[in-house]
Amino acid sequence: MPAPLLVPAVLGVLFLALPLVGLLVRTPWSQLGPQLAAPGVGQALRLSLVSATLATLLSLLMGVPLAWVLARSRARGRTVLRALVTVPLVLPPVVGGVALFLVLGRQGLVGSWLDDAFGITIPFSTTAVVIAETFVAMPFLVISVEGALRAADARFEDVAATLGAGRWTTFRRVTLPMVAPGIAAGAVLCWARALGEFGATITFAGNFPGTTQTMPLAVYLALQRDPDAAIVLSVLLLGVSLATLLLLRDRWLGRAGVP
Amino acid sequence: MRKTACGVAAVLPALLAGCGASGAGPGGDGPTGTLTVFAAASLTDAFPELGKRLEEDNPGLTVQFSFAGSSALATQISQGAPADVFASADQAQMAVVASAGRTDGEPQVFARNAPRIAVPEGNPAAVTGLADFAREELALAVCAPDVPCGAAAEAVFAAAGVPPRPDTLEEDVRAALTKVELGEVDAALVYASDVAAAGGAVEGIAFPEAEQVVNDYPVCVLDGARNAAAARAFVDLVLSAEGRRVLTDAGLRAP
Repeated sequence: MPAPLLVPAVLGVLFLALPLVGLLVRTPWSQLGPQLAAPGVGQALRLSLVSATLATLLSLLMGVPLAWVLARSRARGRTVLRALVTVPLVLPPVVGGVALFLVLGRQGLVGSWLDDAFGITIPFSTTAVVIAETFVAMPFLVISVEGALRAADARFEDVAATLGAGRWTTFRRVTLPMVAPGIAAGAVLCWARALGEFGATITFAGNFPGTTQTMPLAVYLALQRDPDAAIVLSVLLLGVSLATLLLLRDRWLGRAGVP
Repeated sequence: MRKTACGVAAVLPALLAGCGASGAGPGGDGPTGTLTVFAAASLTDAFPELGKRLEEDNPGLTVQFSFAGSSALATQISQGAPADVFASADQAQMAVVASAGRTDGEPQVFARNAPRIAVPEGNPAAVTGLADFAREELALAVCAPDVPCGAAAEAVFAAAGVPPRPDTLEEDVRAALTKVELGEVDAALVYASDVAAAGGAVEGIAFPEAEQVVNDYPVCVLDGARNAAAARAFVDLVLSAEGRRVLTDAGLRAP
């Protein structure tokens, strides 16, 4: 392997892996058991997994069609649309949380109407957690899927069309199977981002054990009181997310042909 | 190594501040360089005013602040954050810093702060006192028990015999205040100084139990301060009559 590639690659691995090593070295392993059994930890972990999964499903539902529009439509507003999709990527998540308040909060543009008409208030609920996570994580899915769609050979779709398939049938039977690995990779990225989401969640959904306190929030608050507990919780979250991703990779990405 | 860095920085005035030169400046005998103050979130309004005064009295000095929950700051300082001064919203977090061996001298109490109920302008939920924090139908914010304002809240509710039903346990007092300012909660338990800082957007409601849970605010120069001279000057200003005036204007009490 050429040194100009190898050296930076090794540096890159060290840069990404050393903080993880630091975390593992500092982990008070004897505390792992008691921390796992501590009240609220299982609750926070469950809430994290459920809300990240729901956020990923929501993102798939809206994000795949959105990626298709970005990749296939020739409308003039496409560039603007793509810029809008990436807004949550550049927006500090805390600002994203405030922005969600301004739209979906009790005094928000849509939220005040929801409150008046249906008596629905979103902030400080598990729904708010899912919304905040979706807001922050969906762009990751959209960008991956759009990339996959652009890389896919559009001639297959053209052939399907000449054989009489409608656009919806073409999308379902030709396009989707073709970009499935891209969708899977995007969903994994989206899920991982949602699982680690902190800023938008603590702002828009608040922090309450059982309803809105996800693992990252629990870690942050534990850090205020007992850094060792925070490290144990971080390692736990890391372990669970890595295990889930590896499991999925074998079952899902592996089959779809992504190395 | 640091010497070399400063030698280079001397050529670049913009970077000079980063070196934390602690000697007397050429123009006077006051401290120069950069002073870094870690201060409790509830001091967000009072301290910049004091920093500005210290800068005016000492040309060549730049005072920078890091405001956050005292517990977060105490953790950062214990982990070696390059701070010169720490001002905590309670004694417990100063004790964390002291037990990490980072206090230089005895911490001194410079102000006190009492809990207060904050409600949005016009008090839409007609909150009158602590008892309203037990009302299920209200959206309520209280600080998390891990941070000083949350510890104070627990004490207040215990003293009043009110079982609170908050919707969110905020990570610091200013986060709780923000939710009141946005009108997203009907009431939050904050400090008197926060209500003063919010101006017209927030109304304060005093309650008798607050007097039992008045927090002491200690300040201390930190061990390993890069700019010890400026740190001492700042602490002296905070403890002076002038400092007290600025702090009481911001809604804090004299010790």
